[in-house]
Amino acid sequence: MGFIYTALYEVQQFTLLSLQAVSNLARRPRYFQDTLVQMDLIGVGSLSIILLTGFFTGGVLTLQSANSLKTFGAVNLTGQLVALSLIRELGPVLSALMVAGRVGSGIASQLGSMVVTEQIDAMRALGTDPTKKLVTPRVLACTTTLPLLTVLADVFGLIGGWVVSVYKLRLDTNLYWNTALRSISYNDALEGLVKPIVFGFIVGMVGCYCGLRTKGGTRGVGESTTAAVVVASILVIVANFFLTKIIQDLRY
Amino acid sequence: MSIIRFEGVSKSYGDVVVFKDFNMQLQPAETKVVLGGSRSGKSTILKLALGLVKPDSGSIFIDGDEITHLSEEALMPIRRQIGMVFQEGALFDSMTVGQNVAYQLIEEDKLGEAEIDSIIQQVLGFVGLDQAAGMMPSELSGGMRRRVAIARALAARPRIVLYDEPTAGLDPITSRTIMELIIKLRDLEGVTSILVTHDLTAATILSSEMAEIVDGETVFRREDGEFCLINTRFLVLRSGEVIFEGPDELLRQCNDGYILEFLE
Repeated sequence: MGFIYTALYEVQQFTLLSLQAVSNLARRPRYFQDTLVQMDLIGVGSLSIILLTGFFTGGVLTLQSANSLKTFGAVNLTGQLVALSLIRELGPVLSALMVAGRVGSGIASQLGSMVVTEQIDAMRALGTDPTKKLVTPRVLACTTTLPLLTVLADVFGLIGGWVVSVYKLRLDTNLYWNTALRSISYNDALEGLVKPIVFGFIVGMVGCYCGLRTKGGTRGVGESTTAAVVVASILVIVANFFLTKIIQDLRY
Repeated sequence: MSIIRFEGVSKSYGDVVVFKDFNMQLQPAETKVVLGGSRSGKSTILKLALGLVKPDSGSIFIDGDEITHLSEEALMPIRRQIGMVFQEGALFDSMTVGQNVAYQLIEEDKLGEAEIDSIIQQVLGFVGLDQAAGMMPSELSGGMRRRVAIARALAARPRIVLYDEPTAGLDPITSRTIMELIIKLRDLEGVTSILVTHDLTAATILSSEMAEIVDGETVFRREDGEFCLINTRFLVLRSGEVIFEGPDELLRQCNDGYILEFLE
């Protein structure tokens, strides 16, 4: 029973913090400067790992699918396969997982050490609401930059797929790009953009929540950091399943 | 009228009872020294007074207004009138000393940059760290951090200042410097304060000396046959219970085992 009680309590606290983070957007003071700094740290800072992830995922996707496609004599559809899997699934999910690893852990350890050294209490004592000053800017930055990063991951994934198609599968450049770009519908693009918005929110919120509930010294900071990455990654993967289902249902 | 008043405050964390029916009052410009061993709940008093922690029952009044049931948002204006010096300083390590000191003023956004700069210089001068404004907290020694923390607590000119173990882990000379700052605030600025500590030597400085201005210079005068300091009183806690309250003269006459341990 104790476990269920704890789990429900955590869900409740997480929901309350999320609601507060969102409602802070409508209340003064708003921290534009802090939000911009976070966008730079989270967005620009994650650029290199996101581009590498995208590029090599596109490449490996092409390598792996070429064999199956060959069986059906459909190697010329490689572009379509790469484009659809990347934009609808792999781009959003892999970018979110990479950002959860890099940014979610960073947020949790930063806020965690601020809790442990009483900086959060000091902030409250000085009359500033830490959810406004710390949580909302980070969550907003994650929610806005992850879709942008995902688009870039998609683009680099397509480039990766193209490189493999041309140099390994000996496909024609025009054929690759034509099948790739023609196959993307408006709905695919929408799905590829809605997912990272939700994932960005999850990564930012889980990072902040885990950081702020840190207890017990430096060891606690380590535990929060681990928890942030694990919980955010799992939630992203679970949310991805339900989002896919909801979007499919909406489509038909 | 009392500035800070605790009425029948109880607080427990899980099964651990920190306070049971705790009462305390502070008059204007009075300093209350709260003594107690570790885990006696003394730091919780300060967090309760700021509303950082809510009591399970009982009421807390600041300036006659009850703060017990106020929301986080409603507490903010009250907290801005109270300065708090945290244990180890709790300086924001991503900001310079100057930004730390001016944090509240920058957040309130009422003053211009030039005015804020002059306040930074003034309060850093008060704690004797005029040159430190551009430094990062990680470059400071423990004693300097504590003094910056005091400067930060003072920047918005609070009438109440709360100190959490301001001398813990410091050498006697630095401790004395910090105690002199607290005496100056009490006697020259009329600040009401609660000082939580287990360092009786440092607290004795507070209860036996006063600051006054003689020919523009601050001088410290010791208690003697002529005058006896009454604006500083002690409160001794043992596992959440008040076992002594009164001036230092009475504390020294106590023969309770727990208090005697402290006196040694």
